[in-house]
Amino acid sequence: MNASWPVLSTLILFPLAASVLMLFLRRDTTVRWVALAAGLIEIILALPLLSFKIGYAGFQFVEKYTWIPQWNISYYVGVDGISFLLVLMTVALLPFYVLCSWSYIKTRVKEFHICLMIITSACIGVFTALDFVLFFICWEVQLAPMFLLIAVWGGKERIYAAIKFLVYTLSGSTLLLAAIIAFYIHGGTFSIPDLIVHEFSFQFQAWTFLAMALAFAVKVPMFPFHTWLPAAHVQAPTAGSVVLASVLLKLGTYAFIRFCLSITPDASVYFAPLMIGISLVSIIYGGLVALGQSDIKKLIAYSSVAHMGFVTLGIFIFSIRGMEGAILQMINHGIVTGGLFMMVGIIYERSHSTAIKDNMGVAKFLPAYIFFMGFFSFASLAFPGTNSFVGEALVLIGAFEYSLIIGLVAIPGALLAAAYMLRLLLYMSYGEPVAPKVREWHDLNLREWIYLTPLAVLVPYIGLAPTLALSTMSPSIEKVLGYIESGKTQVNIMEVHEKAADQRLAEFLHEKNLILEDEAYPDELRIGSNY
Amino acid sequence: MTEFVSSSYVLLPLAITLVAPFIILMLKNHITLREMVSFIAGAATFISILYMVPSVLDGTIYTFTLFTLLPGITVSFAVDGLSLIFALLASFLWIIATSYNIGYMRSLKEHAQTRYYFCFAVAIFGAVGVAFSANIFTLYLFYEIITIFTSPLVAHHQDEDAYSGARKYVVYLMGTAKLFLLPAMIMTYVLCGTLDFHLGDMVQGIFPEDAPTHWVVLTYFLFLFGLAKAAIMPLHNWLPSAMVAPTPVSGLLHAVAVVKAGVFSISRVILSGFGVETMEALHLGIITAYLAAFTIIVASIIALTKDDLKARLAYSTVSQLSYVILGVALLAPLAVAGGNMHIAHHGFSKITLFFAAGAIYVATHQKKISKMSGLGRKMPWTFGAFSVAALSMIGVPPVAGFISKWYMITGAMDAGYIIFVFALMASTILNTAYFGQIIYKAFFEAPAPGVNIEKYREAPLSMVVPICITAAISVYLGLNPTGFYQFIELLMGV
Repeated sequence: MNASWPVLSTLILFPLAASVLMLFLRRDTTVRWVALAAGLIEIILALPLLSFKIGYAGFQFVEKYTWIPQWNISYYVGVDGISFLLVLMTVALLPFYVLCSWSYIKTRVKEFHICLMIITSACIGVFTALDFVLFFICWEVQLAPMFLLIAVWGGKERIYAAIKFLVYTLSGSTLLLAAIIAFYIHGGTFSIPDLIVHEFSFQFQAWTFLAMALAFAVKVPMFPFHTWLPAAHVQAPTAGSVVLASVLLKLGTYAFIRFCLSITPDASVYFAPLMIGISLVSIIYGGLVALGQSDIKKLIAYSSVAHMGFVTLGIFIFSIRGMEGAILQMINHGIVTGGLFMMVGIIYERSHSTAIKDNMGVAKFLPAYIFFMGFFSFASLAFPGTNSFVGEALVLIGAFEYSLIIGLVAIPGALLAAAYMLRLLLYMSYGEPVAPKVREWHDLNLREWIYLTPLAVLVPYIGLAPTLALSTMSPSIEKVLGYIESGKTQVNIMEVHEKAADQRLAEFLHEKNLILEDEAYPDELRIGSNY
Repeated sequence: MTEFVSSSYVLLPLAITLVAPFIILMLKNHITLREMVSFIAGAATFISILYMVPSVLDGTIYTFTLFTLLPGITVSFAVDGLSLIFALLASFLWIIATSYNIGYMRSLKEHAQTRYYFCFAVAIFGAVGVAFSANIFTLYLFYEIITIFTSPLVAHHQDEDAYSGARKYVVYLMGTAKLFLLPAMIMTYVLCGTLDFHLGDMVQGIFPEDAPTHWVVLTYFLFLFGLAKAAIMPLHNWLPSAMVAPTPVSGLLHAVAVVKAGVFSISRVILSGFGVETMEALHLGIITAYLAAFTIIVASIIALTKDDLKARLAYSTVSQLSYVILGVALLAPLAVAGGNMHIAHHGFSKITLFFAAGAIYVATHQKKISKMSGLGRKMPWTFGAFSVAALSMIGVPPVAGFISKWYMITGAMDAGYIIFVFALMASTILNTAYFGQIIYKAFFEAPAPGVNIEKYREAPLSMVVPICITAAISVYLGLNPTGFYQFIELLMGV
C-alpha cells in the first residue's frame, strides 16, 4: 500500500521543518536565503512525483498510517490526475513567493516566511489528503497564516480585510465540518476513497452537498460569496495575493470535484443547473465589475472571480472536455494571475500605489516591465496560443456540447476579459504619466527577471502543447464522470420507481373512486381523468 | 491532381517575417541598417513564397503541422492557390511600402520609428500566417496577432484622435473576434470534431450533412460578423476611424494586410470551411451576397460625401472589400474567381491611391480634396498614378479592377442573379462620381482660394517611385488577366 519513499509526506513536512529551522535564525537576509533554499529543495523533493503513471485513474504515491483507530481516522494521502498538477504547482510556486517578497517585505521577515511555509504545507495537505479529518485540519490550518499575512503585512485597511476573510471562510467551513461528521455517521469512515464508493440516499446527498458546496463556493469564490476576495487581495502583500490567487482559490474548485462530484454525485446532478447559473453570473458579474475598477489589484481580483466562474462552469457541465478545461484553467489561473499580482507588486515597489492613475504611461520608461505585463494580460484574456486559451476553449467546448444557450451566455465573459485587461494595459502603457518620479524608476532587475521568466515560459508551453498536461488528468476525470453517470442512471431509476409508485397510487385511488386531479401527474397516469 | 505534401518549407516565409521584427528592434540605434532589414526581409519573404508557386500550380498543397493542442485543434499551415494570392500580395507590397515608409517617416520626422517598423513587420507576419492557415484556430491566432500589433500603428500619433481611433479599432476588431469568432470556432469544433479546412476543392466543406441546420446557420453568421476586418456593414466603422494612422499604415495595412486578412478569411471559411454544397443547401450564399451588395452601394454613397481624401478612400475600401465577398458569396466559379482576384487587384490599386494621398500630404500638408484643385500640374507623377488606380477602382479596361469586375459580372449572370449585376453597375457609376471629381479638380480646376500651389512640388523620390510601380503593376495585371486567375482555378477542382 505505502509507496517506497513517502514523497507526499516529505513534501508536506519539509516546509514545516524549514520553518522550525527559521525560528532560530536572526538576520533577515539569512532567513530569505534559507526560505529560498527551502523552496528549491522542496521542488527537488517533488521530482519523484514525475514518475506519476499517466493513464492510471486511481490514487498514486499513497501512504496510509493509522492515526486514531477509535474513530477510524488515519493519516492517508495520495494523488490522482485531478490533484497531481495542483500539487506540482503549489510546490513550484514556493520560491516565487520568497523572491517576490525579497525587497517588498521589510518587517518581521522571519515570521512572514514561516507563514508562507505553513501555507504551502497545508495546501499540499489539502490537495493530497484522502482522509476527511486530515483534509479538514489542513483546510483550517492554512487560514491562520493567510490571516496573518493580510493582517500584519497588509495595506491600510488590513485588519478589516483579514477579519472579513476569516469570517467568510470560517463560517463556510463550519458547515463543511457538519457534513464531514454526517458522512462519518452514515458511512462509518473518514476515508475519502471509501466514502466515494459508499452509496448515500439522495436526500442525505442533497443536504451534505449543500453544506459542502457553501464552504467551497466561499473559497472559490462564487457570486454572491465573493466579497471577501477583493478586500483581501487589495490589502495583502504581493506574496499574499499570489498565494491567495494561485493556490488558495483552487482549494475550493478542487474540493468541488473531489467531494461534491465524487461522494454526492446524485446531488451534484440535481444541483448542477443552480451551480451552472451561479458560475455564469460569476463570469459576467466579475467581468463587468473588473471593467469598472480604478485599482489594479481590485481589477485582477474581480477578474479572478470571472476566471473561477469558468472553472466551476467546466466542472458542473459534467463533460470530459469541460472538466479537463476546468482543471487546466486552475493551473493557468495560478500561473497567469500569480504573474499579474507579481507585476502589481513590482510596480507598487516603485510607485507605492496600486491605483491605475498613479501607474499610467510607464511603457516608455519600463519597457521590459510592460512587456511582461502585456504578456500576462494577454494570457489572462485568453489570447490564442496562451495557456488560458486552451483552458477556456475546453470549458466552452464542453458548455456548447451541453447546451447552445449556456455556451452563448458564457461568451460575453470572454469578451469582458479582453475589455478589462486591454483597458488596464492601454492606461499603463499609453496614459499620461502622473507620478513625476516616473523617469527615475528602474526597469526590472535581475531578481525580477528570474521569477517572471519561468512563468512566462509556461504560458506558451501549456498554450501550444497542452497534451501532456491533459493526459495526466484524463483517466481520473473519466472516473469521476463515471460516478456522475451512474448517479444519473440511479436518479432515472428512482424516477421510474416514483412513477411506478404514482401509478400504484393512482390505481388505488381509482379503485376507491376518487378523482386524481393533481397537475403534477402526467396524463398517462391520470386514470381518474376519464370521469 | 491535388497532392498534399507535408513540408517544413512553408515555415520559412513565416520564420523570416517573425525574426525580422526582432532584428529591427535590436537595430534601433542604426537607422539605415534598420530600414535595410525591412527591405531584405520583404524581398526574402517574397522570393521564398514565389518559390512555391510552380509546384502549387501543378496541384501540390504544402502542409505542415507545428503544434497539436487538442485532437482536431492544431497550429498548422497549408499553402494552396488561395493562400498564395494573399501571401504574395502582402509580402510584395511590404517591399514597396518600405521604400515609401522611409520617404514618409523621414520627411515628416515621425517619432517612435523603431516601434513603427517593428509593428509593421509583425503585421506582415500575421498576414502571411493568415494566408497560410490550414485551420480555423491558426487563422484565429494570426488574425488576432494582426489586430494587436496594428493597433499601436493606428495610435501612432499618440494624441486624442489617435487614441480614440485605436480604441475603436481594438473594440471593433477584438470585440467581434471574441464575441462572434470565438463561439463560431467552438461551435464548429463541437459540430465537426475538427477545425481543419477542407482544402483542394471548394465544393465540399467540413460540416457533416446531419448537423442541425440552426447550428450551422448560426455558426456561419457568427463567422461572417466575427471577421470584422472585412468591414461588412454595420461593422465597418472602425476602418474610417483607423485612418488617423500615418498614411503608409493606411496604405499597406488598411488596404492590404488587415482588411484583406478579413476578406481572405471570409473567403477561406466559405470555400474551405462550409463549401459550396452547404452554402447552397442552406441558402447562405445569397443572403451574404445581399449584405455585400448593400455595403457596396451604401459605402460608395458615403464616400461621395467625404471631403477628406483618406476618409473617401476608406469608404471606397469598405465598398470594394464587399466586392470580394459578393464574388465569393455568389458561389459561381467565375464570380468566386473574380472575387478572389480582386483581393490582389484591389490591393495594388488601393495602395497606389493611399500612397498618393500620403505623397500629397508630405508635399503640401493638404488633406481636403477641395484644396487639391490644380495640384495635378505640380505633381504629375503622383496624380497620374492616382488616376490610373482610380480607373482600376471604377473598373475601366485595361486596369486590373476591370478584370475582376468582368469575372464577377459574368459569374453573377451565370448564377442567374441579374440584380447583382445592377449593383455592380451602380457602384461603377458611384466610383466614377467620387474619383472623377478628384481627378478633374487636380488637373483641370484653378487652385482653391488661399492655396498657393506654386511652392509645391513632387514628394521625395523614395515615395514617388513606389507609387508609380504599384500603378504600373495595376495596369500589368489588367493586361495579363490570367496572372491570379490560375491560382483560383486550382480550387475549381477541374
